[in-house]
Amino acid sequence: MNLDLTPEELAFQAEVRAWLEANVPAEPLPSMDTAEGWALHQEWEAKLAAERLSVVSWPREVGGREASLVEWVIFEEEYYRAGAPGRVSQNGIFLLAPIIFDHGTPEQQARFLPSMATGEKIWAQAWSEPEAGSDLASLRSTAVRDDARGGWVLNGQKTWSSRATFAHWGFGLFRSDPTSEKHAGLTYYLFPLDAEGITVRPIAQLDGEAGFAEIFFDDVFVPDADVLGAVGAGWNVAMSTAGNERGLSLRSPGRFCAAADRLLELWKDRGADAPQVRDAVVDAWIGAQAYRLFTWGTVTRLADGGEMGAAGSVNKVFWSELDIAIHEAGLDLLGADAELLDTPWMDGYVFSLSGPIYAGTNEIQRNIVAERILGLPREPKGPAGKETAK
Amino acid sequence: MKFELTEDQVAFGEAITDLMRASDSVAVARAWASGDTAPGVALWKRLADLGLTALVVPEDEGGLGGTLVDLVVAFEVLGRELAVGPWIESAALAPQLEGEMVTAAAAPLAPYAADAQVARLLSGVAGASHPSIDTTRSLTEVTGADAFDVAALDRAVLACAAQLVGAGERVLADSVTYVKQRKQFGREIGSYQAIKHQLADVRIALDFARPLVLGAALGEIPVSAAKVYASDAAYLAARTGLQVHGAIGYTAEFDLSLWLNRIRALVTAWGTPAYHRGRVLETLTGVAG
Ligand SMILES: Cc1cc2nc3c(=O)[nH]c(=O)nc-3n(C[C@H](O)[C@H](O)[C@H](O)COP(=O)(O)OP(=O)(O)OC[C@H]3O[C@@H](n4cnc5c(N)ncnc54)[C@H](O)[C@@H]3O)c2cc1C
Repeated sequence: MNLDLTPEELAFQAEVRAWLEANVPAEPLPSMDTAEGWALHQEWEAKLAAERLSVVSWPREVGGREASLVEWVIFEEEYYRAGAPGRVSQNGIFLLAPIIFDHGTPEQQARFLPSMATGEKIWAQAWSEPEAGSDLASLRSTAVRDDARGGWVLNGQKTWSSRATFAHWGFGLFRSDPTSEKHAGLTYYLFPLDAEGITVRPIAQLDGEAGFAEIFFDDVFVPDADVLGAVGAGWNVAMSTAGNERGLSLRSPGRFCAAADRLLELWKDRGADAPQVRDAVVDAWIGAQAYRLFTWGTVTRLADGGEMGAAGSVNKVFWSELDIAIHEAGLDLLGADAELLDTPWMDGYVFSLSGPIYAGTNEIQRNIVAERILGLPREPKGPAGKETAK
Repeated sequence: MKFELTEDQVAFGEAITDLMRASDSVAVARAWASGDTAPGVALWKRLADLGLTALVVPEDEGGLGGTLVDLVVAFEVLGRELAVGPWIESAALAPQLEGEMVTAAAAPLAPYAADAQVARLLSGVAGASHPSIDTTRSLTEVTGADAFDVAALDRAVLACAAQLVGAGERVLADSVTYVKQRKQFGREIGSYQAIKHQLADVRIALDFARPLVLGAALGEIPVSAAKVYASDAAYLAARTGLQVHGAIGYTAEFDLSLWLNRIRALVTAWGTPAYHRGRVLETLTGVAG
């Protein structure tokens, strides 16, 4: 048992650190949920990509450098330590790309991955619907076969789609077999958000910015070439991304370790005025370390060929609550200044509040932990009065 | 980078587990609590024969030359199987080559000496003894005790943290078994979300406690951080475990009580959470917490 890095890993770490030190913008970029900030974040992605640092774990042909899982974690640690910009491309590179690698055709891989790596095309996840949240499989948006044109016609409505306001492409699930129910008969589609028949309507979030959007589909044609995975297999295809989202890739420990380190700096500054916040500060730091060490355990297991499985749900509850705890401690230290928007703490706090909701709510994750890890009886499902506890 | 136990470490833990289960460590603990220390002393001897007290003594001094990770492996099992006797003192604080049962006070972390009625007091003069909520522990006042170095104290704190993780795991396992079998309102109580979610939170807390304890053993983080989190996680396990058992969990006769009271005792033994939080902060910022 050891946490030692190899000489190659240390060299990689040094290279990444040096590059970030020289290149991370001195001033934080404007919010990516504004037109100006969006463009600057895209430029930043291009800069990272030119160095093959935007998607380090990807194959070289599509913009990566074939980094190992360990190197990926190192990269993330350095990235957040350096205070580098948030990743406008995150839902594409972390949630969609793994599926394209696993289920996409070579043609799709060649067509979509390089522009995702450079940040030229930003992708939005279009899964949730007004009536299908936690119970995603109850989704109603439809796909109807169009043999004449060799493709499908999409109708319906998606919602809460992060960054869809400015994004270029979307990925989502539609019911392609009207006679099917629940998990069967769904298909995974890729579509440009400026396609004919698509209307994107931005939604202001808690902080007032249009961080997500509704997407309306009115007879939108998608050619067969943009179907991801087999027709009717959309649920299984989609669930391989859910694992990524809850598990390792979306929220790496580097992010929380960096935030906890900033919290310690704030404590040095403000702790004397708020000694009662001490425990929260220490616990936040310990929590970040717990997440870091836990992740090294996960990485070891995955590197040995293990699977993430339901452990992703353990992860998800932990990081989402940790993120809030870190920011709450920061706000408590700031005292009456906490509500002011001129420190990054309130912004980070408001963002953290959504963590227990997106990527599968924490209630659903706790169900998964209880049922799949502890082996407790499954939830009753279905309409009240007609419960089936199977 | 390989953050997992080696096969040897896993096998070592299993050997201790097997030995303790074969010796009915729970019955041994109950006897110990009622003043009959003979079965406990016999089990101590068998565990000492495995090398437990000499685990972290260097090989050239006749010990097993084990690492702090090995120590964590052993103490997690000791916690899970409810070992009795001054293991922290004899295997972590002041490791004993010959397997002797020794005890010590080490104020402010451990102001009393545990189990001085059977163990040799390493230094100082024994005074009055006091019962603990953990009936398997008896605490004795000591005057004039010698001080220990930081490394020795840190080993004791680490061993205590590992024991807490093991005890927490045991409470969780017993609770899961219980809620799958106890029925109310025509269903297993483990099918109710209020129960499931509480137990899921315990699973999550313990899953993050173990890497911290192992990380502290590797020197990645201060042992105080591991003690704080392991205490919180084990305490959550105890509170939740009691709650999901209902009244039966509140009885002395039901074995769960032994772990509930052990956890309560260990949370403040070898440094209170407040003490260790202060120490973490001081280590990190240089400012006294
Ligand atoms: C900031 C943010 C960004 C998002 N980005 C995207 C995106 O890019 N793409 C996308 O498709 N979606 C996105 N979402 C949507 C997100 O996936 C959903 O909000 C989530 O799946 C929950 O669905 P819901 O909001 O409809 O809540 P509901 O499912 O209606 O849940 C409401 C409450 O009921 C609880 N609940 C529901 N079912 C159960 C149950 N069986 N047992 C116990 N409790 C239950 C939930 O836990 C929750 O507390 C985003 C959400 C947020 C907040």
